[in-house]
Amino acid sequence: MIEISLLVQNPVDMPLVRIVDLQKRFGAVHVLKGVSLDVRAGQKVALIGPSGSGKTTLLRCINYLERPSGGHISVAGELIGEKQMGDRYVEMKDREIAAIRARIGMVFQRFNLFPHLTALENITIGPMKVLRRSSAEARAVATELLRKVGLEHKKDSYPDNLSGGQQQRIAIARALAMQPRLMLFDEATSALDPELVGEVLNVMRQLAADGMTMIIVTHEMRFAEEVADRVLFMDDGRVVEEGTPNDIFHHPTQERTRFFLRAVVNKQEYAS
Amino acid sequence: MIESWGRAIALFPHFAEVLLLAAITTVEITVGGFVIAVILGLAFGILKTSPHRTRRAIATVYVEVFRSVPVLTQLFIIYFGLGEIGVRLDPLSAAIIGFGINGGAYLTEVFRSGIEAIHAGQMEASFAIGMTRPQTMRYIIVPQAVRIVLPPIGNYVIGLLKETSIASAVAAPELMYQAGTLIRQTFLSSQIYLMVAVIYLCMSLPLSRLTRHLESRMGKGKAAGGATR
Repeated sequence: MIEISLLVQNPVDMPLVRIVDLQKRFGAVHVLKGVSLDVRAGQKVALIGPSGSGKTTLLRCINYLERPSGGHISVAGELIGEKQMGDRYVEMKDREIAAIRARIGMVFQRFNLFPHLTALENITIGPMKVLRRSSAEARAVATELLRKVGLEHKKDSYPDNLSGGQQQRIAIARALAMQPRLMLFDEATSALDPELVGEVLNVMRQLAADGMTMIIVTHEMRFAEEVADRVLFMDDGRVVEEGTPNDIFHHPTQERTRFFLRAVVNKQEYAS
Repeated sequence: MIESWGRAIALFPHFAEVLLLAAITTVEITVGGFVIAVILGLAFGILKTSPHRTRRAIATVYVEVFRSVPVLTQLFIIYFGLGEIGVRLDPLSAAIIGFGINGGAYLTEVFRSGIEAIHAGQMEASFAIGMTRPQTMRYIIVPQAVRIVLPPIGNYVIGLLKETSIASAVAAPELMYQAGTLIRQTFLSSQIYLMVAVIYLCMSLPLSRLTRHLESRMGKGKAAGGATR
């Protein structure tokens, strides 16, 4: 059993995100085999690795879209999805999990905008229904965010009338409207046509420059190298190697990392 | 033969008055039953998609029980059966409640399939901005599901309008019941049933058009099976 003191300690030197021995099984498939990770406030961590390596599952455990099979996660000192009752852990109630998720932004590969709402309404619905902001207040924030992602003129458009890149920028604005202390990006550009990738990466770059704490699952190696403070290479449910972008991309020590990077970089060079 | 049509024409104003009043009762049963059915269908449809096994089981029992018993039997139980234990309902209320509960079982399955047709990413995106499951249902899933289930609900209403003729069995003064009364008085069965058919037609056709109109209008904001393509 992991000591709880590892998870909840002095908030000053406490990392924003602490993951301890995270395990996830889907039936017989062991997807995460004990991942531990600390992320300090303001850090940008890139998760790279082949598909099926567990990086998306790791990300989805952080806001409890997946229920971990073992291990613990805390964000800003709060356990995710579980409470300690005496000497055991019990699952949180729907309402408690929701309250924690409200402060963790997530951007999905497939955008997942709400198709029955306009761009503006997609952004205001969270603040209005979850944070109980007034309509006027929520609209003011949303308008500001739309300006930030360069889509003020699209506020009354429905998602189906927007390009993939525009939808993803709206999705980022929707997450930001909740004033998250952490942003999770799950292959945010993988579903986009190549010419639309840049506009989304630019928004993410700007966000990084603003000091947002970000955990980014990505296949964009150049972007990871440019934006991340730390890069984790995952394979087969484990973190194989981690370090600065320079370490991982230019001086990888593990054969598996080298093999992966050779395959990916060759393909990306070829593509561009 | 000729003589009976002559009588029918002479009595036409009287027939029209009685039957149009009865048509109002038919509409009352249809609307009342429909409102109850939609409320029950939505509530149990949401229960049916719940992650809690007992909640799903409750919805399943409701659907199976009321879908497996003919409406006529249910109407008799509500009207005569409840009467025996002291809950005396007038025929109109019994019919509205009976069709409501019965239709609710049918609409439960319709709403369930509509809710399940919404891409899982919608629920995840809603959870990710901190909405609880009830909020997610109310603001994200149900508004999209309603657009999907509009066509089957339209069909259901048109079916219900005709099915209310069964309420004549508990003496609710709707179209078929009043037609029977007139026929017993005048023996002009073909003429009266012809009028009844025309009245049903005149009520059904606008309903079909209304359904189609709603479908095309609600399609605007865009519905959502696998909304992300």
